[in-house]
Amino acid sequence: MHKSTKFGLGAVLALSLGAGAAMAENVKIAFIDPLSGPFASTGSNGLSQYEFAAEALVNAKGGVLDGQNFEIVPFDNKISPKESLIQLQVAIDQGIRYVVQGNSSGVAHALTDAIEKHNRRNPDDRVLYLNYAAVDPALTNDDCNFWHFRFDANADIKMDALTDVIKDTPEIKKVYIIGQDYSFGKAVAAAAVSMLGAKRPDIEIVGNELHPIGKVKDFTPYARKIVSSGADAVITGNWGSDMLNLGKSVVENGFTGPIYTYYAAGSGITAAFGESGKGVIRLISQGQINPPESDEAANYINAFEAKYPDGNIDQPRITNVIGMLAAAINEAGSATDVVAVGKALESMEYDDIFSGKVFMRPQDHQLIQDMYIGAHTDEGVTFDYDNSGYGIVVEHKVDMAGMDSPTTCKMKRP
Amino acid sequence: MDLILVNLIDGLVTGLLLFMLSAGLTLIFSMMGVLNFAHASFYMLGAYFAYQISMVLGFWMGLLIAPVIVGVLGALVERYGLRRVHQYGHVPELIFTFGLALLIEEVVQFIWGKDQMPYSIPEVLNFTALSIAGNAIPAYKVFMIFTSVAIFIALLYVLTRTRVGMIIQAALSYPRTVEALGHNVPLVFMGVFGVGTALAGVAGVIAGPVLSTFPGMAVVLGSIVFVTIVIGGLGSLWGALVASLLIGWITTFAKAYNIRMEDILTGIGFEKPLEMSENVFRDLWTITSPQIADILPYLLMVLILVVRPYGLFGKRDA
Amino acid sequence: MTTQTVSRKTRAPLVSLSAALPWLIATLFLLVMPLVFTSNSALTIMNQMAITIVFALAYNMLLGQGGMLSFGHAVYMGMGGFMCVHVMNYVEDFSLPLPLPLLPVFGGLFGMGMALIVGSFSTRKAGTVFAMISLGVGELIAACSVIIVAFFGGEEGVSGDRTYGLPVFGVEFLHQIEVYYLTAFWLVLSALLMYLFSRTPIGRMANAVRDNPERAEFLGYSARWVRFYSFVASGFFAGIAGGLFAINYEILTEENLNLATSGSILLVTFLGGVGFFFGPIIGAIVFTLLQTVLSLQTEIWQLYLGLLFVATVMYFPGGLAGVLMMHTLPIRFGKAGLLVGPYFKTLLPALACIFGAVSLLEILFHFRHAALGDEEMTLFWVTFNSHSPLPMLIAAIATVAGFWLARRGAPELAEAWHEANTPNAPQGGAA
Repeated sequence: MHKSTKFGLGAVLALSLGAGAAMAENVKIAFIDPLSGPFASTGSNGLSQYEFAAEALVNAKGGVLDGQNFEIVPFDNKISPKESLIQLQVAIDQGIRYVVQGNSSGVAHALTDAIEKHNRRNPDDRVLYLNYAAVDPALTNDDCNFWHFRFDANADIKMDALTDVIKDTPEIKKVYIIGQDYSFGKAVAAAAVSMLGAKRPDIEIVGNELHPIGKVKDFTPYARKIVSSGADAVITGNWGSDMLNLGKSVVENGFTGPIYTYYAAGSGITAAFGESGKGVIRLISQGQINPPESDEAANYINAFEAKYPDGNIDQPRITNVIGMLAAAINEAGSATDVVAVGKALESMEYDDIFSGKVFMRPQDHQLIQDMYIGAHTDEGVTFDYDNSGYGIVVEHKVDMAGMDSPTTCKMKRP
Repeated sequence: MDLILVNLIDGLVTGLLLFMLSAGLTLIFSMMGVLNFAHASFYMLGAYFAYQISMVLGFWMGLLIAPVIVGVLGALVERYGLRRVHQYGHVPELIFTFGLALLIEEVVQFIWGKDQMPYSIPEVLNFTALSIAGNAIPAYKVFMIFTSVAIFIALLYVLTRTRVGMIIQAALSYPRTVEALGHNVPLVFMGVFGVGTALAGVAGVIAGPVLSTFPGMAVVLGSIVFVTIVIGGLGSLWGALVASLLIGWITTFAKAYNIRMEDILTGIGFEKPLEMSENVFRDLWTITSPQIADILPYLLMVLILVVRPYGLFGKRDA
Repeated sequence: MTTQTVSRKTRAPLVSLSAALPWLIATLFLLVMPLVFTSNSALTIMNQMAITIVFALAYNMLLGQGGMLSFGHAVYMGMGGFMCVHVMNYVEDFSLPLPLPLLPVFGGLFGMGMALIVGSFSTRKAGTVFAMISLGVGELIAACSVIIVAFFGGEEGVSGDRTYGLPVFGVEFLHQIEVYYLTAFWLVLSALLMYLFSRTPIGRMANAVRDNPERAEFLGYSARWVRFYSFVASGFFAGIAGGLFAINYEILTEENLNLATSGSILLVTFLGGVGFFFGPIIGAIVFTLLQTVLSLQTEIWQLYLGLLFVATVMYFPGGLAGVLMMHTLPIRFGKAGLLVGPYFKTLLPALACIFGAVSLLEILFHFRHAALGDEEMTLFWVTFNSHSPLPMLIAAIATVAGFWLARRGAPELAEAWHEANTPNAPQGGAA
């Protein structure tokens, strides 16, 4: 439970009378993600990681500029774009200049649009949008803007790294692609088809399927199709309960090959897969957890799990968001001049605790970092997820993935 | 051929699960004339209670005890909630059950949190019963089929061959006369409501491990259950069975075979437009049957309601 | 020769002052509100209230006046909204000279069109069949919206920019306050039109059909067509609400069409009270406040909402408006003063009971779900440790004591109520 759960009319009145001015002591960061509803666990876990990162990486070291601390202010958007816009307005009225969000590319599109319009219409009140998990490529291509910064590799970059690994696995001759029927799922499928076609033209794509997002509970018919197609490997971008149910169904129905996923870890998914996922589930993500990249990383994870025994560091990029924002503020010399902070943030090079160097590309504000492909297993696991004994152990690494990837972004700079 | 058999079995499992839910609902409707919107919520409660009990006493105890608890809760709701609202009319009754569904979901989140519960299949059933052409049929699914069929037979027996069943059937059609004969009709109603919700609870206990136990599980199945009993005919048990199986098979086969709208349209004679990305109808052309599988029941329901408002087997005008 | 001159002066005016007064006061109120609550987020919340009011009033045309319970009404608002966003995009792409204030009309027309199509087969029967068809159609369209990406934009929805319309008196609607006044204008206009509709023969017949369709048929009116016209009109105003939504948020998604939105408008309307025209207005205001403001204060606000809703259905089926209007009779008899004392004696302890119960729930929730080690919580401006038994004890005592005291005062309140509702004996009347 976060500190800002207050009960009383005082905050309400202050809010409505516009008295919520920015406090000079703290740099507030609005966390707009679901804290209730079906994706609440992902949101709450993310919030814990943000609060911990702000505390450990910034506040404990004296804060930014002349001692200002980071304060994470949570807003529950209930995974709804409309609610996100309302909460955005509330945050702006409280004087908050930095917004972080990641769950659902749908919400991300709504937010980046709204923030771009707001910044254009209200030049005195601008905000920056730090997107830490919405990976629809369009956000750093056709729909890019100066205020949006993406800290996770987008779907195309991830597929690029993934297909590099598949390229070097000669046993895979037939691949089945399945995903959620929306922009992200379609982007994953399209990228998989084109990249496999370029790198391993001999691979046959025996299935390319989209299913309604969040609606299918019984994946048995899909699993049957996968098994009967004779596929050697499955590629999917599914997340949340869709990932869990798909994975379980596929394994249950007799599939034994590798399943390459984007999001099959944490939030109860690792615990649910357990033994059945061992050797089968593979994950592409940023940040190396097992084996720990460095002592600093191991200490960080230990400290986090001491404070949040039920939490997981399953989004290590959150440390980058906080760390890079702090560095940018320090470099710009101001926490309120977001244009200066933005300019400091783009082209920034930073040392990630969980990998090596990361670089924020100025042309599209896409963070370039090492990508890791890991396997779900219980061997060699130093840090497990969901207290299950199982975790993700790195098998392959792709350095600075996507550094030269093309972009259609035509950014208008302030 | 083998694949058809596999899909038949899968559809059967889905259909029978749906039937367990819709049987209780249609019984309650024929008795009270009100659709219980909270029915799927009792299904959810069944799953959660069973999960909680299975943590301490094991899956089988959960299967035995949880439906009883849910049934008692249902009877209490009828006695103290529904009966009170009944005097205001049909619409407030519907709205009451709707509010109840909302409330139950919130209470579940309050007690158990928002995460998915690790309610899993008991070890003893966690193996592959048979394998058809490389497709594994889990033993748990076979168990589900047997349980559902057993419950249906038991229900049929009670309703048509026992004294209690006779009284219930009579009370469903002529409550005043039955009351005049000296039977405690309000008690009968409470009992039927309790049994109906207990059935939903059983469905929850069984489906929980397979369809995931989380606070949104009532919403997922809720509307499909209504569609089922409307298609089958409000008040008819056989209708509920037929409609459930029909829906189970339609959705399974639609997902299993990738029938593409493109093929159908070109088959009829339409030309596929060359430039798809700007075409207004591009979505129509790219529809495949798995995409619309879950919508088909709604389509069916609207069609039936327009053509035959009684549903397939309905005796009573809704 | 006597000519009977009919005095023109005794004809009643078209609009009496007492009838127009509430409207004038409301309009004044709307004009003044932004001067009191100046922050942008307050304006956004007020806009949200206005949109919900229009939608709820449209919904009540069906539920309260027509007796038709619809579970899929969000579709008409959503479709109207989607149309408006597309129109906004056309205006931007083709530089069409369309002033923004006219946009909701498109929404209304499109919503009306949808209602024409669906109403043609759904209004044949009222009651459960109607409710089920509305549910089916609602779910169908909501599900289609993710498939038909061309119109609905898939998961991200469709977004537009309202500032490209033709400026009205130099106003380009860049700022929230300008949008507020536009929304307020449409609110008053729509509410007025809907009120007038309820006074027309069709509107009155809708009431008749709701109460006794068979008798209405004997009067010569076809119940089916009356329902159909009500449905279409309701669709029109729902579409206007959709247009206002499009102007305010500039984005429409699948969420605007789904069962949850249809369900929430049912909640709103019923909470406010379906029996009175202004009932949904109260419901919309209270609900929006609960949803935006309460959700910032506590995580279990939906639980409170659910409890409030069930309590309303069980104990106050007339809704908040019903509760308010219950007092008109005592006020008219001049006996409202009788109620003050018993109200204090019963309602104050009841309030204490509610606060106690709420505290208990909050403490339990924090105890159960807070992160390990996070034991401190703040409730009603008091900070304490949620794991110690004392706060729970205090809350429990407050709940029980409040309940017991309220129970004790209840008979007295019932008596006073009877007394207040009984007219005085006529003065100097015949024996």
